[in-house]
Amino acid sequence: MRRESFRLFSLLLPAGIFFLAFFLLPLTRLFFIGGSGAEGFAAYAAIVTDRNYFASLVSTLGLAMATTVATLIVSGLSGVFLQRRKFPGNGLLVAMLTLPLAFPGVVIGFMVIMLAGRQGLIGDVTQFLTGEKLVFAYSMAGLFMGYVYFSIPRTILTVMAAAEKLDPKLEEAARSLGAPTWRVVLDVIIPGLKPAFISAGAICFATAVGAFGTAFTLATRINVLPMVIYTEFTLQANMAMAAALSFVLGAVTWVVLALARTAAGSSVAAAG
Amino acid sequence: MTQATKPLAIRLRNCAKTFADGTRALQPLDLDIGAGETVVFLGPSGCGKTTTLRIIAGLERPDAGGSVLFDGEDVTALPIEARHVGMVFQSYALFPNMSVAENIGYGLRIRRLTRSEIAARVGEMLAMMRIEALADRRVDQLSGGQRQRVALARALAVRPRALLLDEPLTALDAKLRDSLRLEIDGLLRRLGITAVYVTHDQAEAMALGDRIVVMDHGRVAQVGRPREIYQRPATRFVADFIGTMNRLSGRIEQGRFVTAAGALAWPEAPADAREALFRPEDVAIDDGANPPLRGTVAAAFFLGDRTRLFVDVGGERPLVIETEARRDFARGQAIGLRVDSRGLMAL
Repeated sequence: MRRESFRLFSLLLPAGIFFLAFFLLPLTRLFFIGGSGAEGFAAYAAIVTDRNYFASLVSTLGLAMATTVATLIVSGLSGVFLQRRKFPGNGLLVAMLTLPLAFPGVVIGFMVIMLAGRQGLIGDVTQFLTGEKLVFAYSMAGLFMGYVYFSIPRTILTVMAAAEKLDPKLEEAARSLGAPTWRVVLDVIIPGLKPAFISAGAICFATAVGAFGTAFTLATRINVLPMVIYTEFTLQANMAMAAALSFVLGAVTWVVLALARTAAGSSVAAAG
Repeated sequence: MTQATKPLAIRLRNCAKTFADGTRALQPLDLDIGAGETVVFLGPSGCGKTTTLRIIAGLERPDAGGSVLFDGEDVTALPIEARHVGMVFQSYALFPNMSVAENIGYGLRIRRLTRSEIAARVGEMLAMMRIEALADRRVDQLSGGQRQRVALARALAVRPRALLLDEPLTALDAKLRDSLRLEIDGLLRRLGITAVYVTHDQAEAMALGDRIVVMDHGRVAQVGRPREIYQRPATRFVADFIGTMNRLSGRIEQGRFVTAAGALAWPEAPADAREALFRPEDVAIDDGANPPLRGTVAAAFFLGDRTRLFVDVGGERPLVIETEARRDFARGQAIGLRVDSRGLMAL
């Protein structure tokens, strides 16, 4: 019995050391740095009490949420379509949709500027059509566009893999019972894709919360938490506040992901 | 329980199916299925039986020129959701995100019945399939047999005009298959519903079908009552596919069929018969001094209630015969045989 537990302990040891060295220790250190500033551990309360910080937390989470929803709608529709309809160029299109994975956030920010910036394509077209230049690259709208763009490849492959596993007989059974197409989508396809939506959506959400490069390229004025942390850290040299904000950002994301995983767990268990 | 709608007569006219890649799954087919009749499509995989069922269901459109008529009305262009037919699949196809009762009530919810009407009908279906205890179970907690009962209840709950079953028993083990087959048979008789049943299992087809449509390579090989199909197969394919068929080659000489192993009396033989076909049960062991056929036992299998013998008579394949269980046979033993002349066929 003792030998057995010793064996298990030694098997767990490498993973345990790794976890300790690269997760627990830095996080603990970060937590204490967060409390080392002038106002002590009250810095953690600042994210709620300071109107500026709180606004950026809300807008960060809102942006991540909107990005996740938009991405899931786009990749849900196109993922199922690309899985079902095989046409010449299908493989090429899928490969192109996954291309943004290869770009760092800075490049994506640059692309958003080229599209919706002051010299951008959308600006030129709208000036030609209406006489007024439409420019939204340097705002939340531009950031949203960039985030959706780089989130799609992260979700579409998961959705396609799940769509492949959908049983066409389930859809036929629903139709035989009189279900019109929208009911089939609602009652069969979306429940079937739900686990994929949750896991892909979680990754999408976490990436959007933490993304920095795109926001940094577009404008320093955009009020999202990673930008605020960067400003506190480099420009204000307020190490403690930056640490506290980082810790909170991580904790909030972790809670959202844990909730999503719980929901996914119950839906996976409910699936046949 | 009574069926609200009156049974449906289905008529297929010139229904062919060519798939996008050019393969012809079904040659032009004409078939009338009477109101309340159970028709079984039987054949090996790829013979076109499932394609035919899917054309009736509305899941496939026949090639141009083909039409499907329900009680005389052309429904060729109607999709399945507008045809009001019940379907049962080999893979059950139950909705995994719904309980048993929710599955059964699904079609009723689509039809916007009131909550109490749905509850009453679902209860009726659960009782009919004797699965009341499972009402609140999740689908993944059910055995295969229970799942297929739920699928039947779900298909019948909406009181469809016809019930279409695509190999519903194939995924079940042998014992369960037999008991559920009996149950389906009883159900179809009791409801008087028009049913189309697809299977590759001839025992299922024999037991369930008012008529059997034997299919091969996209063509109808024979349509008939089970007895006709078994006793008077129209083609060699049907003869071989249904049951076991023995073959002896020889020729007619002076009213008798002469083979390498002996001669058989065959009053109704066609003059140009080159081969005699007969079922194992039409062969008997003849211990007399002058049996019509002589052979040696190639193999003997004791099956409990009978013994199956393979008897070498000098032909390409040994004859298969069935005999009483009590007698013991040794490999290589010489035996005499006679064949009931009423069982002889030429094809």
